[in-house]
Amino acid sequence: MPEGGAILIFLVVGVVFGIGGIITSFLIHPRRKNAVKGEPYECGPPTQGPTWVRFKVQYFVYALLFVIFDVETIYLYPWAVKFNSLGMFAFVEMLIFISILVIGLWYAWKEGALEWK
Amino acid sequence: MENLFTNLAGSLRAALESTGLPAILTDTSMTMVKLTAILVFILLNALWLVYMERKVAGYIQFRPGPNRVGPKGLLQTTADIGKLMSKEVVIPKQADKVLFLLAPALVFAPPLMVFAVVPFGENMAAIDMNIGLFYFLAVASLSTVIFWMAGWSSNNKYSLLGGMRVVAQMVSYELPLVLSILGVVMITGTLNISEIVRSQQGIWFIFAQPLAFLIFFIAGVAECNRAPFDLAEGESELVAGPFTEYSGMGFAMFFLAEYASALVISFMCAILFLGGWLAPFGMTFIPGWIWMFLKVYLVMFLIMWIRWTYPRIRVDQLMGFGWKVLVPLSLANIFVTGLVMKIFKMLGW
Repeated sequence: MPEGGAILIFLVVGVVFGIGGIITSFLIHPRRKNAVKGEPYECGPPTQGPTWVRFKVQYFVYALLFVIFDVETIYLYPWAVKFNSLGMFAFVEMLIFISILVIGLWYAWKEGALEWK
Repeated sequence: MENLFTNLAGSLRAALESTGLPAILTDTSMTMVKLTAILVFILLNALWLVYMERKVAGYIQFRPGPNRVGPKGLLQTTADIGKLMSKEVVIPKQADKVLFLLAPALVFAPPLMVFAVVPFGENMAAIDMNIGLFYFLAVASLSTVIFWMAGWSSNNKYSLLGGMRVVAQMVSYELPLVLSILGVVMITGTLNISEIVRSQQGIWFIFAQPLAFLIFFIAGVAECNRAPFDLAEGESELVAGPFTEYSGMGFAMFFLAEYASALVISFMCAILFLGGWLAPFGMTFIPGWIWMFLKVYLVMFLIMWIRWTYPRIRVDQLMGFGWKVLVPLSLANIFVTGLVMKIFKMLGW
């Protein structure tokens, strides 16, 4: 059996387990209607204004940084697996790659992208 | 004892094959048996870990912890599950109902999928995948999306803020997590998790890669949103973060997933750095899977100990620590590992 099939079984069972749990609880749980039960829980006071608003931009800066760096770290994995057999050339090549990463990080740092404002 | 489970699996497979089933059905039913075993293992461990956590917290805070339900409070978590099952799942009026219910339904899938490649002992991985480590990284990071689904769909300001924080935190600590493992991969030259354990025969990687272990452990604790990195939940400021609006079974699923991912991180620490099923000091009379279990629980206890000892850190400290300390350190670790390996090779070791 290919590995993909076994993984698929794991995925399906994981999802079915979750859905099954929720459905079981829907079958047995009590239902009591209440005027304020469906209100958002904000420690008592009624909620003010919409929730889905434009949000603090700093979070998205981190997300952008993550996308840039994570894609680059993926390239490091094949290199790391073959590190022992590749010799000096790969090592020097990697030095260049990592220094590009470091320069990128340094630039983001200098521009204040890593500061929480 | 050592081969108890592998022998069981072997005889089961032989029994299935002797019935003359097609190969695909035999494989599927073997996978299902392994999956069931893993599922039961996770559920029992989650039950026990919640109890253990409360006991540890109790004794750290100089109180006995749960001690009413069952002998020494052992049935406390079972009673809790019963309670959570029978509570109403309240769906807020303004919530995005589909996503709101989908999030708790999906949240348990990523940790369960990671367990597919975790070896519980020699030859005891459900799938012995050649890119197991990579698969772990890929699947484990899927949880971020589900937490964000929960945080956004609740249409609650605490949930939204918690969801935002979960994404920012998990995304930031994903990088040091991924980078710290690279040192191990460079030494072993393989992404197969079982092979990585086998190559620790000589020296456990906690001694060869101490910095990587520290980074991996810290980033791992942050990845499963546990104190001191539990800003996403932050009880005292955000009620329960993304899970604020969840009640009953929905909340229970998130709780289960949290302990399952903590278990995954403990397993990965034990496998990558603590020698997995290898016995220390040649104490091979204790079977490998028991050693594995002991190491996992050692890491788990460490995580609990940290949780109940250190206060929560601030958001700016969290982000600063991740990006300005852990990422540069893990890059430096890769560089130093490569350099030392090259020098060793030149010296002919």
